[in-house]
Amino acid sequence: MITVELPNVFCSATNPTPLLRIDATCRTVADALREAGRKSPGALDRIMDESGAVRRHVNIFLNDENIRFLDGLETAVPTDATIFVLAAVSGG
Amino acid sequence: MPKTKAAKSRTRTGRTPAKKKSIGRKSKAQQALVLVGTMKGAFIFRSDESRKKWTVDGPHFRGEAVYAMLHDTRGGRSRTYAAATSMHWGPTLRISDDLGATWSSPERQAVRFPEDSGRALAQIWQIAPGRASEPNVLYCGVEPAALFESRDGGETWQPNRGLLNHEHQPKWQPGGGGLCLHTIVPDPTNTKRMLIAMSTGGVYRTDDGGKTWRARNAGVRAQFMPPEQRFPEFGQCVHKVVQHPDRPGRLFLQNHWGLYRSDDWGDKWHDIANGVPSDFGFAMQMHPHDPDTVYIVPIEADMFRATPEAKLRVYRTRNAGASWEPLTKGLPQSDAYENVLRDALAADSFDSAGIYFGTRSGKLFGSRDEGASWTEMADGLPPIVCVKTGTTVAA
Repeated sequence: MITVELPNVFCSATNPTPLLRIDATCRTVADALREAGRKSPGALDRIMDESGAVRRHVNIFLNDENIRFLDGLETAVPTDATIFVLAAVSGG
Repeated sequence: MPKTKAAKSRTRTGRTPAKKKSIGRKSKAQQALVLVGTMKGAFIFRSDESRKKWTVDGPHFRGEAVYAMLHDTRGGRSRTYAAATSMHWGPTLRISDDLGATWSSPERQAVRFPEDSGRALAQIWQIAPGRASEPNVLYCGVEPAALFESRDGGETWQPNRGLLNHEHQPKWQPGGGGLCLHTIVPDPTNTKRMLIAMSTGGVYRTDDGGKTWRARNAGVRAQFMPPEQRFPEFGQCVHKVVQHPDRPGRLFLQNHWGLYRSDDWGDKWHDIANGVPSDFGFAMQMHPHDPDTVYIVPIEADMFRATPEAKLRVYRTRNAGASWEPLTKGLPQSDAYENVLRDALAADSFDSAGIYFGTRSGKLFGSRDEGASWTEMADGLPPIVCVKTGTTVAA
């Protein structure tokens, strides 16, 4: 089972937990995020824009590595992986 | 829709001594609203018709940039719109039917580009009401430059395909703030006609209900182009266009260098920079009752975006641009290196018009005598990017 851990800012009355458990088979990070989006479509809009790109100031880690330094959204996902969605350090 | 709680209220008092003068409408007690969008959230100022004392609540949408707001009372509603953009999580259009006590928290982003466009919404720059005869119609101007329309009071939105697929679109270029469509001017007398403006791209007008759009920039200069190309068909960096509904064919335009008027719906523009310290600037506001009166805040230059001579001056014409006069009473006239952005100057609709503006340094000023004198309504706000007004029936 893959776990996607979202920031608490995404929690709401309809999605009270930041943890999404993905039972479906997912080959890549993109597949896992799409599955997460089925459970929480609003969250997916906040992580990725309409073109499917990860927003500029969002970091996605596969276990302990930022996917920017792997194969991006095409990074392969082990069946027991945890995907962390985090706000980047940017701000003003 | 799920709702979120808004921020707590506090009270502010205007500093200018009140004049014994009858202002506001007599028939029904109105509450004045000033909506202030900043780089770190929105603030809502309220007052009775006297506009002497203001309460403020906020910030709404803490930490998010609010470049566009609207209070809409058409169709018997009292609905407030705010476009809040999180640096991390992107833009969201939020709606409140209780003056910001609660806001919608839509599950999906309502304003979104179609997948086949290859574009993605960066920011909503303008929320504009449709005509009075179409109370459920609203428009959004967004970045990258595009126009969206809602026909159900802002719940769902569709892009205008005529503009989305315009042949000039690949050549529109971003200005300093991004490639934004920031001005929407519907013709109140003709549902087929509308004018929009973008930076950069310039002014475009449709006469067939949005099916086709023609560039309308004749006479508007593009100072940043080579000498032989300074009056192109399109590509100007127009900063704002305003219109009075009683005289819709006449338009005023604040350009990235240049101050213009058109008397024929933008077919031709004429220079009206008569007696201003600079014709560079961003903000422009029409007087609510007088089609000859317009307000601007001149800025020294594109390479020094601050008020000329370090004096914070609003300029007003009362003769459609034949001459301009500085309005300074109550505004700092030394060491004021301020900037007022394109949507940060607004007028209310009371009989003695209130004029309001916010600066990038977080100061909010208001005048309840049409600009003759000014009061500092707030200081220390985050950088102000949007000031809008509204009225509601007093509780």
